[in-house]
Amino acid sequence: MKILVCIKQVPDMESRFKLNAAGTWYSDQDLAWRMNEYDEFAVEQAILLREKIGDAEVVILCVGPDRVKETMKKGLAMGADRGLHIQDEASYDKDPFQIASAIAAYASDQNFDLIFTGMQSQDRGSAQVGLLLAGILGIPAVSTIVGFDFDGKEVTVRRELEGGLKSVHKTVLPALFTCQLGLNTPRYPTLPNIMKAKKKELVSIPVGELLKVEALTATTLTRFPDRKGGGVILEGEISDLTAQLMSILKEKTAVLK
Amino acid sequence: MKTLLVAESRQNKLLSGSYETVAFARRMDAEAVMFLVGSESDLPKFDGRLYLVESSAAGEYNPEEHLRLLLEVVAKESPELIVFLHSSYGWDLAPRVALALQASQISEVIDCDGGEMVVPVCNAKLQRVVAARSAMTVVTLQTGAFSLEGVPSGSPTVEKLSGENDTKIRFIGYEEAEAGGVDLSKAGVIVSAGRGIGKPENLAMIEALAKALGGEYGASRPVVDSGWAEHSRQVGSTGQTVAPKLYLACGISGAIQHLTGMKKSEFIVAINTDRDAPIREVADVLVVADLKQFVPALTASLENR
Ligand SMILES: Cc1cc2nc3c(=O)[nH]c(=O)nc-3n(C[C@H](O)[C@H](O)[C@H](O)COP(=O)(O)OP(=O)(O)OC[C@H]3O[C@@H](n4cnc5c(N)ncnc54)[C@H](O)[C@@H]3O)c2cc1C
Ligand SMILES: Nc1ncnc2c1ncn2[C@@H]1O[C@H](COP(=O)(O)O)[C@@H](O)[C@H]1O
Repeated sequence: MKILVCIKQVPDMESRFKLNAAGTWYSDQDLAWRMNEYDEFAVEQAILLREKIGDAEVVILCVGPDRVKETMKKGLAMGADRGLHIQDEASYDKDPFQIASAIAAYASDQNFDLIFTGMQSQDRGSAQVGLLLAGILGIPAVSTIVGFDFDGKEVTVRRELEGGLKSVHKTVLPALFTCQLGLNTPRYPTLPNIMKAKKKELVSIPVGELLKVEALTATTLTRFPDRKGGGVILEGEISDLTAQLMSILKEKTAVLK
Repeated sequence: MKTLLVAESRQNKLLSGSYETVAFARRMDAEAVMFLVGSESDLPKFDGRLYLVESSAAGEYNPEEHLRLLLEVVAKESPELIVFLHSSYGWDLAPRVALALQASQISEVIDCDGGEMVVPVCNAKLQRVVAARSAMTVVTLQTGAFSLEGVPSGSPTVEKLSGENDTKIRFIGYEEAEAGGVDLSKAGVIVSAGRGIGKPENLAMIEALAKALGGEYGASRPVVDSGWAEHSRQVGSTGQTVAPKLYLACGISGAIQHLTGMKKSEFIVAINTDRDAPIREVADVLVVADLKQFVPALTASLENR
């Protein structure tokens, strides 16, 4: 069985963001980069499946500049067999349709039985790339899965709906699934596995060899939101802060009798 | 401009979020027709044409068939804009529709600026203004971003379409959330723990603060997903919706799915090391501090009162 996992490198969301010179996206300077949280569940699910069925190869794929190779190494250290890097210095400027098209151009003749993606990326958050990829490849897709089981023939997935409700579905392979938080417990790479990952294959292909379509959307600008919330901000010594909050709670709420 | 609004139904009940698409069409000052896979027994209150497919025929989650039916309606109506809710139904179906029509898709729209759409990025720390480059555009609306003024009214002109429930993705059944656990909606004070607590042992200090305030403790999703707290304590779109007199969010960034569950609280205090955390948007007070120091200190002052 051949399994593809699409991962994206994103900045830590606790970062202080600045805008790039063109004002169209965040500046990529001075940021700590990590694997998109949703994609960690996708990598883990692929590894769990390989551990269960034995005979499987897990390929991780990422579209982005050279720095994404660091994040791909984490995927390899979690247990993926090899990496395919679609090298694109300007991936931030590509829309989901272009990202999905580039991945599809690579995947179309690779006969993957299973593809996992995250349900959304933490920075762009379009929740489109996985479903578009399945659509271009012409394979069935189920989004937002929180449960996955393969019995050797069919896949059973639990799909998360609103308010705690889930639905259960079965599908044959090949198929694509987009992974939601809580699907499993992503492992931390161990030191020996981090060492082993350094020797694993990680091939780069320039995006120009794969991407042949134009963007369907364009970012006019990126900006900081207007602050609507006129809340009070308290900063300083802990003892002062508790005293200040206590008096605010006394004045503004009925909970401190 | 002509819009096609995609309403939603589950187990033959119209979902109220459907009216958010109507609010959006009004905001755009656009003509609207509606599409619903649902039931004739619960029709949207909407003045206009409604293409209705019985979900008993087409299935509630049957993306291939719903796509086929939507394309049939698009061919008849030629809308410029197709509007979904950014919900488990909408974010699943929208990209399929966009791809089939070679239309652009703009996800999780919170506002519109002329013809351009505003969407949050990076956990709402930034916003993008996005323009479509295609003739037809598909949008999904962030839930709660557009709402109707007043109660919905009207009655649609129904045009029925027939559907088939044959698909590669078979629907087996629904699973309800486990019943039982705590009913947070009854608590007057809720102190919630987020990923910022760092490790499960630190949940004890959140519990102690909740106790000192005579309330319950809640949690954000990662805390529940990690098994540190039971699911009944999860606040948010896939957990409980609460509106206590006082809500304390400890180490919670304020993702929209969490805010959906607690933003109607009467008074909100956030404790966060990140001064720019998006929880700030709904907080009456943001205490910029390490919760590991602040929370025990606050508990102590409450107990020594
Ligand atoms: C379809 C869908 C449904 C979802 N449903 C829900 C839901 O029902 N409920 C829910 O909560 N989430 C839900 N989520 C997840 C949501 O998007 C966020 O991922 C989640 O709410 C983040 O939880 P958090 O704020 O605890 O963690 P993070 O976003 O990681 O934030 C941690 C915060 O803690 C702060 N911090 C770190 N250390 C400290 C410290 N020592 N002291 C003080 N502050 C500190 C950080 O600055 C940061 O702001 C859903 C997501 C999706 C896609
Ligand atoms: N640049 C990228 N490289 C590889 N996979 C990606 C990339 N962008 C998005 N994806 C995948 O698509 C999912 C959804 O992303 P998005 O549509 O941006 O919300 C992510 O969780 C990834 O699995």
